[in-house]
Amino acid sequence: MSSLELTINGKRYALDVPESRTLAHFLRHDAGLTGTKIGCEEAECGICTVLVDGTPVDSCIYPAFKARGRSITTVEGLAQDGHLHPIQRQFVRHGAVQCGFCTPGLMMTATALLEENPDPSDADIKEALKDTFCRCTGYTSVLHAIQSAGRELRGLEPLPVNDPEVVEPLKVISRSVPPQEVYAKVTGAARYTDDYHFPGMLYARTLRSPHAHARIIRIDTAAARALPGVQAVLTHEDVPGENLHGLVYRDWPVLCHDVVRYAGDAVAIVAADSEDTAAAALHLIQVEYELLPVVADPKFAHTPQAPVLHPNHPTGNLLKHIKVRHGDVERGFAEADVIVEREYTTPTTEHAFLEPECAIGIPAGYAEHEKLTVYVGSQIPYQDRNQIARSMNLPEEAVRVIGTLIGGGFGGKEDIAGQIHVALLATVTGRPVKMLYTRQESLIFHPKRHATIIRIKTGATREGKLTAVEAELYGDGGAYASLSDKVMTRATTHATGPYEVPHARIDCYAMYTNNVPSGAFRGFGVTQSAFAVEQNMDLLAQALNLDPLEFRLLNAQKVGVTTATGQLLRESVGLIETLEDVRQDLHAHFQQPQITWGWREGTKAYGWGIACAYKNTGLGGGAPDRSEAEIEAFEDGSIEVRTAAADMGQGIAHVVAQCAAEELHVAYDKVRVLLCDTDLTPNGGPTTASRQTFMTGNAARRAAIALREALTQSAAEMMDVPPQQIRYEEGLLRYNGHSVEVGKVVGWMKANGLAPRTRHEYHAPATQPLGSGGDMHFAFSYATQAALVEVDTETGETKVLKILSHRRGPALVTAAGPLQDARH
Amino acid sequence: MKLWNHYHTPASTAEALQLLRDYAGQARVIAGGTDLLVEMRAAGHAPQEALIDITGIPELTRIEATPEYILIGAGVTHTQLVKSPLLAGAATCLVESCGVVGGPQVRNVATLGGNVAHALPAGDGTTSLVALAAEAEIVKDGARAWLPVEKLFLGAGRSLLNPAQDLLLRFRFAPVAAGREATAFSRIMRPQGVALPIMGCAVWVQVTAGHFSAARISIAPIGPTPARATDVEAALSGQPATATTIEQAAALAQATLHPRTSKYRATADYRQEMIGVLLRRTLTAAIERI
Ligand SMILES: Cc1cc2nc3c(=O)[nH]c(=O)nc-3n(C[C@H](O)[C@H](O)[C@H](O)COP(=O)(O)OP(=O)(O)OC[C@H]3O[C@@H](n4cnc5c(N)ncnc54)[C@H](O)[C@@H]3O)c2cc1C
Ligand code: FES
Ligand code: FES
Repeated sequence: MSSLELTINGKRYALDVPESRTLAHFLRHDAGLTGTKIGCEEAECGICTVLVDGTPVDSCIYPAFKARGRSITTVEGLAQDGHLHPIQRQFVRHGAVQCGFCTPGLMMTATALLEENPDPSDADIKEALKDTFCRCTGYTSVLHAIQSAGRELRGLEPLPVNDPEVVEPLKVISRSVPPQEVYAKVTGAARYTDDYHFPGMLYARTLRSPHAHARIIRIDTAAARALPGVQAVLTHEDVPGENLHGLVYRDWPVLCHDVVRYAGDAVAIVAADSEDTAAAALHLIQVEYELLPVVADPKFAHTPQAPVLHPNHPTGNLLKHIKVRHGDVERGFAEADVIVEREYTTPTTEHAFLEPECAIGIPAGYAEHEKLTVYVGSQIPYQDRNQIARSMNLPEEAVRVIGTLIGGGFGGKEDIAGQIHVALLATVTGRPVKMLYTRQESLIFHPKRHATIIRIKTGATREGKLTAVEAELYGDGGAYASLSDKVMTRATTHATGPYEVPHARIDCYAMYTNNVPSGAFRGFGVTQSAFAVEQNMDLLAQALNLDPLEFRLLNAQKVGVTTATGQLLRESVGLIETLEDVRQDLHAHFQQPQITWGWREGTKAYGWGIACAYKNTGLGGGAPDRSEAEIEAFEDGSIEVRTAAADMGQGIAHVVAQCAAEELHVAYDKVRVLLCDTDLTPNGGPTTASRQTFMTGNAARRAAIALREALTQSAAEMMDVPPQQIRYEEGLLRYNGHSVEVGKVVGWMKANGLAPRTRHEYHAPATQPLGSGGDMHFAFSYATQAALVEVDTETGETKVLKILSHRRGPALVTAAGPLQDARH
Repeated sequence: MKLWNHYHTPASTAEALQLLRDYAGQARVIAGGTDLLVEMRAAGHAPQEALIDITGIPELTRIEATPEYILIGAGVTHTQLVKSPLLAGAATCLVESCGVVGGPQVRNVATLGGNVAHALPAGDGTTSLVALAAEAEIVKDGARAWLPVEKLFLGAGRSLLNPAQDLLLRFRFAPVAAGREATAFSRIMRPQGVALPIMGCAVWVQVTAGHFSAARISIAPIGPTPARATDVEAALSGQPATATTIEQAAALAQATLHPRTSKYRATADYRQEMIGVLLRRTLTAAIERI
């Protein structure tokens, strides 16, 4: 311990701390300023940026003692006397904050830039942000926010905000309101899991297999247990309940006992007084392995030579064979004038959410925690609870999962990470236990987007009408099932693209291999099949000498078309509109109704490409799809909406607050949202399958309608007037010149033994399983985008110069970030 | 995970050397730490007993011009270098190469000395120093000496400097004579990620009466240490400073230099092809500056 004196945000600090501290750890742990985030600890992501004497540095690799005597500015120091800094104000205004985990880093980098150059060009901003990552926004809103803050600092009007079309007569929905928690996110007060600290807390680490496939001969933990400061070392023997978890198939060991199936499989866990001791203990655990042959490829996995990875699975390495049969493909190809057949491969893809996984377990009886509690930024808290309870051999009611803010998920935080491990360690040690993954561990461990091999054959007539699609997909599911079944089903059912295809035969093989597991990722399998489908569409257009956009229009799904799964599309099929939007934008770009798709200039080649896609909303396929929300009104006139739907930056809290405010006719800022506490919030279902806005939005709306009716009824009795004559206006209930505040009605209800609280469980329209020929999904969304790409023909370097996207329909919320991100 | 136990910020070279002696092999020199700390974290070894930070030593953080030389302290950051009015014309290639290292946060702390002492064959700053025929002042085994930068390297990641004992102090090179001499740097980089380029190229040329009278070319990585393409330099000498000559030099470089495959960056075949492209672009940029 040595004394470190420095100034942070204008305040002098002199603290006794270890000389081994990095500035990031010093700020977060010693100075208690957790606004500065850590995303990689290797100078790559820039989200840990703080200013040292005004200069932006990566605090994760900046030794704290290098900062001795200097002046540090962190996100907590931006606002002055309770007034937001222009950069904070503009980040909020332009919707540049989604999950918010990168926000402190982006704002600090931008603040330093504006300090040096208050009138930066877009290029200056891009250069300054080169190594400050954001995975949610796609940067367009960030760029606008920084430009606006610069203008504000120069005494000019900030740039206008691109508000969506207001849909009358709606008062809140479709209007610009700030997302929930956004002020906490721009001031550094927002708390993600690693920002929680509990007295007596231990730090945990996981020992992972370095081998892709091996038998465990022996695990010796004696030396690790003997290390001073180590409080527990646990293996499979210490799991009191089921040693398997999994969202669809329970095949994933909590801690491996006989074999490890991928390099990253968890073998042992340690809890210790400090992170360093926990890390040191991992080195002392001895595991003897016998190496087994590795299945590295999904096609090999399907051969008789491949070792069987899950002997209990009835179809061996074939996790699932998924089939789509529609019409008569032989006839379809006989009718085709042109047939294109290709094989495409797509790679494993990482989500790269900026917040690495973190979970904290609290033993039952610790402080105000009556139950075994797990704090975690998870996409599916109720499923976490179920899986924790099974492995802990406890009833579900004995476990509480509290969702914290999530620094991005994108599908990568649906599976169990450290949730069960911290529950185990907390129970064994009787102390709170935090497990934070390093970036490397996060990359190695969590399920990725499936690598696929897709052979696809597409036929069309000379006139440009598609006649048939035949496809074979191999999905590399990796070592455990995760959501492979569902993801690859989506890849299969969407493998005709959003087109009218009279005949189709599609076979998909979701395979177990010894690679990292694959699971959910934005697009949920459709990304991969769309890639193959759209490549073939371009090749066909070329062979037929047709314009690629017109060719797509000619085949676009519309009302009346039956999809390959047998679903008759009856309403809301927007593909043609999206194509027409993009066509219009392309014509505007070329300043004439003529599109040049490719050309060369010197050693550079340029090309416009176009692609369409569609994607289901909701779970579909016959799965019961439900979401429940609860709403309560309070005497101060405020409203609380409660639901366990995860907000990882996409803004579900924002959506449900708007729905409630709209139906209750109260101001948006009167509504707060409590998300993801399995003891306090009803189940909103998984945050996946693009379902939350529709599902939980509807649950919140209907709960709000029920509450409004209850309030009206009570107000009618209170004022002794007929309920149908009561009108709502800005938090008041009016009758004939009289008015009463919502809060007063709540008080009356309570005094009369009535609960000002309602719940609604929303059930999605019923769907049918694949193969039944019925409606697999209750809705689809459609998209078209065009991209201009430059290729340096000497070096092969490529640049995406421009993206044109279909316009949004009326939007519920204003932040266009997710759409922009999808484009960028 | 803790990477070191003690952190020192000496105010003079003598104090730094004394600390290194005191720790008797258990300390390590650190500048910006952008190579060192990232590498230490990845290695996961036991913590280093002490780090000796040289960036608070005034002698090592200055850029000076004498009539003969430009002098740059080993602890000068890339940002400082890029902004220096002394270097814009006198060492354009160095400014260009240091300007593309990492992102702004990295450049704000990472140093030229660290780039060289890390001893990788394609450090961008190093590539330019080699083309400038720069010399380095070092303290080795307690003795100060100047020697050519190229002579510092023993192999990939290994230099003459003992990281627990020796120091790199300064660099010096003759400033470019405007109107007659010029330099340029360019590189091919993966769009994101891995710190070092697929291939970098720095050139220094002297043109007399429309002909190349001298040239120095540094293309990296070719071998395990930074080196000059002396055959290509010789072939340029005396030839007219025209596109045709440059094309011939590019062809010669492509035919005679043999880079290797790196699993993170590029295949040997791709690099081989890029040698020609890169050299043509860099030489063209340089003669346009004369
Ligand atoms: C995100 C990122 C991107 C990067 N991009 C690039 C890039 O584009 N191009 C590129 O070339 N590099 C790049 N780097 C690598 C690195 O930033 C540079 O090599 C940098 O110049 C190293 O300087 P430093 O001061 O940080 O060195 P340090 O990490 O402090 O030191 C590096 C080595 O040199 C030794 N050392 C440092 N100074 C001295 C001295 N004065 N005397 C003796 N020994 C010394 C240290 O002991 C250590 O062994 C990147 C790194 C990161 C993290
Ligand atoms: S750069 Fe510091 S956490 Fe990523
Ligand atoms: S808002 Fe930038 S990473 Fe989520």
